[in-house]
Amino acid sequence: MKKVYIQSTGCISAQQSWGEEAFLTNPLFYETNVLPVVAPDYKQYISAAAARRMAKAIKMGVTASHFAMKEAGVENVDAIITGTGLGLVRDSEKFVSAIIENGEQYLTPTAFIQSTHNTVAGQIALGIDCKGYNLTYVHDSNSFESALLDSIMQLQTGELSSLLVGGVDELWDHTVAIHQLIGHLKEGDLHTQQLRQSKTSGTVFAEGAGFFVLESEKKATSYAEIVDVELYGHLSPEEVNVAAKAFLKKQGIAPHEVDVLLLGTNGDIDYDGYYHQLCEGDFAETSQAYYKHLSGEFHTATAFGTWVAAHTIKSQILPEVLRCNDTVPSQINTVLLYDQYRGENHSFILFRKC
Amino acid sequence: MNQGVAITGMGIISAIGNDVASNYRSLLSGTTGVQRVSKIDTIHRDAIWVGEIEHSNAQLEAALKLPKDHNYTRTAMLGLWAAKEAVADAKITSDAMVRTGIISATTVGGMDMTERYFYEYLHSEACRKYIESHHAGDHSQKIATALGINHGLVTTISTACSSAANSVMLGARLIKTGRLDRVIVGGVDPLSKFTINGFNALMILSDAHNTPFDQHRKGLNLGEAAAYLVLESDTLVKQEAKKVYAYVSGYGNANDAFHQTASSDHGDGATLSMQKALEVAGLSPRDIHYINAHGTATRNNDLSEGRALIRVFGDAVPPFSSTKPFTGHTLAAAGGVEAVFSVLALQHNTIFPNLNFESPMEEFKLRPETQATERELTHVLSNSLGFGGNCSTVIYSKATPS
Repeated sequence: MKKVYIQSTGCISAQQSWGEEAFLTNPLFYETNVLPVVAPDYKQYISAAAARRMAKAIKMGVTASHFAMKEAGVENVDAIITGTGLGLVRDSEKFVSAIIENGEQYLTPTAFIQSTHNTVAGQIALGIDCKGYNLTYVHDSNSFESALLDSIMQLQTGELSSLLVGGVDELWDHTVAIHQLIGHLKEGDLHTQQLRQSKTSGTVFAEGAGFFVLESEKKATSYAEIVDVELYGHLSPEEVNVAAKAFLKKQGIAPHEVDVLLLGTNGDIDYDGYYHQLCEGDFAETSQAYYKHLSGEFHTATAFGTWVAAHTIKSQILPEVLRCNDTVPSQINTVLLYDQYRGENHSFILFRKC
Repeated sequence: MNQGVAITGMGIISAIGNDVASNYRSLLSGTTGVQRVSKIDTIHRDAIWVGEIEHSNAQLEAALKLPKDHNYTRTAMLGLWAAKEAVADAKITSDAMVRTGIISATTVGGMDMTERYFYEYLHSEACRKYIESHHAGDHSQKIATALGINHGLVTTISTACSSAANSVMLGARLIKTGRLDRVIVGGVDPLSKFTINGFNALMILSDAHNTPFDQHRKGLNLGEAAAYLVLESDTLVKQEAKKVYAYVSGYGNANDAFHQTASSDHGDGATLSMQKALEVAGLSPRDIHYINAHGTATRNNDLSEGRALIRVFGDAVPPFSSTKPFTGHTLAAAGGVEAVFSVLALQHNTIFPNLNFESPMEEFKLRPETQATERELTHVLSNSLGFGGNCSTVIYSKATPS
């Protein structure tokens, strides 16, 4: 079975996660419950005419994939595999509201065309003329992980040798407003540095895109190996430690051999208990870190988590801003990323130094 | 490693029947399910034809015994209906040792409720329970929970009209690589104002019954459906002495990389996906005995797919038909619906007719089968092509490939 290496990253997020700046040297904090992204100048990567019609998710996805391919030094790939939890919400909302407001009349198809979840993967394929395998996963907070699972399987078996995998999600007014109504967002603004200690319900929303070139050949410039990923539709808090250990055991690793436990903790007092299970259980002595105070929460935020894991391993530095306990790792050979959203769609991803 | 992928159960609900048996009867008797709109409140009701499922939401709720305060969308109800039939058909006994997953597919997700309550959400609390049902993965989670398999792998695919074919493909890979022993795969899409108006704005809805591969075709009829297969590993089949309907022997996925919504005239994507599927199955084109074509009856699809068939099969294109005139185009579910039809074709050695066909297209001489025909079938190929250039092919076979 072949191995899977992260060759490059392309990440657009609420942080300066693209360009020349070194890994999280100047973390950004916000005082709001909906975080903006630090956007590159999209016109440099997408023609101005095309960009005008494009939703944020397409712009972010196409540009992040461009960053990843450029860094990997590849012009094309065998496959494009993406994940998106909510898809193209701007165009979906636009089309629904046009149907309602115009009584199903005088509709133009542009918003409908761009509303399909596979638009980003389709646009990337069009842009680089990639006729290879093309897939889009749309499973809530396991959308990116599903894309990763598909990628890993096909690289391990040798069906593919080089591919682009990514996660992307955008926000739009109506989506934010209705989720505020049902308490998924925190009430009022919050300083993101206080996210983990907020002791209130809901979280802070955000958007972003994280793309990676994965290959089965190791290079001197590879960031890390992705050993495996595992998805669970549902776990009870009591089952999290068991699931984590079972996942590690398949790779012949014991919990104490994990150097950094990276968590999707999002400050929602109703669901962060899942993370506490690991922190207070088998990984109590492990160096613990989190990232959603930097990225905000969105269905494909684990793509940002993967960006964090890749850079942590490559630089062998776990920035202070990520740490949740006082245990400093003496080396960073293995990182275990665990995420869930509102108690559903749990995932474990294991990264290893290569 | 490298397990054969057996099909041990099937479930379907479509415009031509609420279960596998009634779908089969309609296919044999040539009875279409395409009619005027009866359930959705749309101004296009007298202009279009659709493949609507007989049951209303209220009937589905009652039949599925959902609690009063449930937040199932029509997507989730149709999905659960068909998945339940598939699971019962495969006589699955719940066994924690059997690693089981579910992969569903949809394009609209919970759009049927979102479009109903879009503005009402803002001022009325009663409908807000549906906000959490909007995202595409909601129905898969509900099906998994209702079937008691939510601790395993649950995921959802959306690649427009090729979606459910990709569920079958992912499921087959998960079994072949030994990650799962059993997986329920398929897809669901209900009719919605969103898709009716979207395809109407694209001007590809026919004002008559759809006529795939006909020179005078006028576009597609939308349909709604849910369809699932139960896939199991050889080892599990042997262990539980399961009956096997057929095997997933090959699959291929490619991108046309031509246009966001239109297929290329030369059918690059469909050609590649069929070639890959043949390669994975270890078959040559002449081994295919029947093709269940995507055949949506749009000018663009049938030309592109027809050209691709000729590129792959040369002047020996096997008997083929599109079953869209029976069900309408069921979008994400199409690859699941047509997987069930392909397996039925193999089981009964029967090719189902391409209804409404009269005159061959001027670009080529391809003529689909127009009568239900008995013929010995060993390998059936099913195409699913969609927006975003997504093209997928799955090959279903009587025996596991050597």
